[in-house]
Amino acid sequence: MRCFTSWPARPGATELNMKQFKAFIRKEFYHIFRDPLTMAILFLLPILMLTLFGFAITTEVRNTKIAVYDPSKDAGTMAILNRMEASEFFEITRELSSPDDIESVFRQGRIGLLVVFSERFYENLVHTGEAQIQLLADGSDPNNASVVVNYATAIIAASQQELISRTGGAMPYQITPEVKLLYNPQMKGAYNFVPGVMGMIMMLICAMMTSVSIAREKELGTMEVLLVSPMKPIYVILAKAVPYFFMSVINLTTILLLSVFVLDVPIAGSLFWLIILSLIFIFVSLSLGILISSVVDKQLVALLISGMVLMLPVILLSGMMFPLENMPWLLRALSEIIPAKWFIMAVKKIMIKGLSYSSITRELLILGSMAVVLIAVSLKRFKTRLE
Amino acid sequence: MKGIVAQNISRKFGRVEALRNVSFEVNQGELFGIIGPDGAGKTTLFRILTTLLLADSGAGEVDGFDIVKDFRKIRQRVGYMPGRFSLYQDLTVEENLKIFATVFNTTIEENYGLIRDIYEQIEPFKKRRAGALSGGMKQKLALCCALIHKPTVLFLDEPTTGVDPISRRDLWEMLVKLKKEQITILVSTPYMDEAGLCDRIALMQHGRLLKIETPAGLAKQFTDALWAVRSLSMSKLLTDLRRHPQVETCYAFGDAHHVTLKAGLLKPEELAAYLAGLGHSDIGVEPITATVEDCFMNLAANKIEL
Repeated sequence: MRCFTSWPARPGATELNMKQFKAFIRKEFYHIFRDPLTMAILFLLPILMLTLFGFAITTEVRNTKIAVYDPSKDAGTMAILNRMEASEFFEITRELSSPDDIESVFRQGRIGLLVVFSERFYENLVHTGEAQIQLLADGSDPNNASVVVNYATAIIAASQQELISRTGGAMPYQITPEVKLLYNPQMKGAYNFVPGVMGMIMMLICAMMTSVSIAREKELGTMEVLLVSPMKPIYVILAKAVPYFFMSVINLTTILLLSVFVLDVPIAGSLFWLIILSLIFIFVSLSLGILISSVVDKQLVALLISGMVLMLPVILLSGMMFPLENMPWLLRALSEIIPAKWFIMAVKKIMIKGLSYSSITRELLILGSMAVVLIAVSLKRFKTRLE
Repeated sequence: MKGIVAQNISRKFGRVEALRNVSFEVNQGELFGIIGPDGAGKTTLFRILTTLLLADSGAGEVDGFDIVKDFRKIRQRVGYMPGRFSLYQDLTVEENLKIFATVFNTTIEENYGLIRDIYEQIEPFKKRRAGALSGGMKQKLALCCALIHKPTVLFLDEPTTGVDPISRRDLWEMLVKLKKEQITILVSTPYMDEAGLCDRIALMQHGRLLKIETPAGLAKQFTDALWAVRSLSMSKLLTDLRRHPQVETCYAFGDAHHVTLKAGLLKPEELAAYLAGLGHSDIGVEPITATVEDCFMNLAANKIEL
């Protein structure tokens, strides 16, 4: 019989072996780079989503067509109209010759706003200190209408200042209602969706891709072979998470560059804290992905679970699309446990409002503890056998 | 010390009893075959012995290590080739071999001698992705990957299923060679004709081992006279033979039906005449020696007695 000691166990076989780990990460990158679908999800989806939200699905008002009824045609009305025409929000497409046309011009539906000046506008303004402008908007789209009216009011107010200075301040002081939107004076949609898209993409790449790629090893049977090897299963899993971590960091960079240079959303606050915040969120998402993969064996199931359990709540309950304040208490309570909600909130504070890191301590703490709990649970749930 | 020991291993999946009291021992350096049809419980047995599944009851040892307590030690020293092709289809032949060598803390060069014979056959395709290989080449690559760390015990779950006859022969030649390296090999197969190459075989059905024997010993136990019967319409022949009161058993094999007769009351010429009377033509009735499959059929039919 053969001598047993002639087959020594390899030294350090159960320890974490860096060579093993590196080879495994390389293998994972091969999988990613060789699968066109994975590549598309990783690199095209973020750009696609951002551009889609940025240019197509937008709540911004741009180039609203306006019609004007101006019986005065004097210095005052000219000043206001010039200013409107000059802004990127409005485009004067029609001048009405009689007030009878007002209704028909709306019925044709081609204009978003009608500006009606009173007669002898400038004269009245200078002498009596009072002149009327009527703004008529299409109320069938109330959101749009209120935005348009806000813009127009702001322009009129500015013109008024100009007129006052032209008359040498001779005019009595006038109170003009002024609506000012904090942080997002132009109501740019990008300010709202960039943090949302960031949250969605991180979740998608980290949680969905990680869980699907681990499920793939189970489904195709390679996990079976890997389990019957000296490599500790947990390192197999960690090695799978590393490439997706890198991918998320790359995507984070892409999103931020796109926001700043293409969508004109500046990073108002500290970039450092924005990155720290994102990294913590990436860890939370990765551990969610690993957790999902510990309960499923099929890629499709992993995809469905991450889609239904992670993506839908992120879209619906993170405040990205629908304001949380208007939701029933049950949904609001549910939203508290959605990591993306806290992430999006904190990104808005740091990136859009430019607040300091002390304003996001709560979010950082919540996300940090979520990461710790999720990593602990997924490690505990992790199986060293097939079931 | 034995290479593999299984003691009364039972395992259920829900209400299905996949394994019932399976016990056997494999000597070190022995080529041991588990022969049985699909669903006999072979894969479950392999998974329990390779520490991938836990048995409901019973115990087992691989190379002297307990399959539950010492599962890490077992995982370091065995090679396992699952029944389903379980390599990375999107990696090339070479990359697959390399990754498995690394996983086992070794290099291709270190144990190249062990896999040379079989690797040389797939080496021309080493830049090809594993998913694009033929069935036979896939299994050869899988065997290389399972061998790359020079395991002491090799578990091969149906390595020849879906493989062309020439590759099947190549794979079995390899197994016989590995035996000379003192590697204990447990191999399962649904093909009874492969059983003859094993040192010993265990016949398995419905989660039970029916018999453990050497191939020669098994054939010797088949004491009844066995006849191979042919005619032009084989399916009609099967029903006609089974209807005959003097026919004990009749099973369809590849090119003939294998028939045993009740205690010598019927002569082969009489059987041929009976068949001719039923309209069969080109009738052939020849005596043959029993194969493993005949023994299996025989045992499977009598399993209630076991």
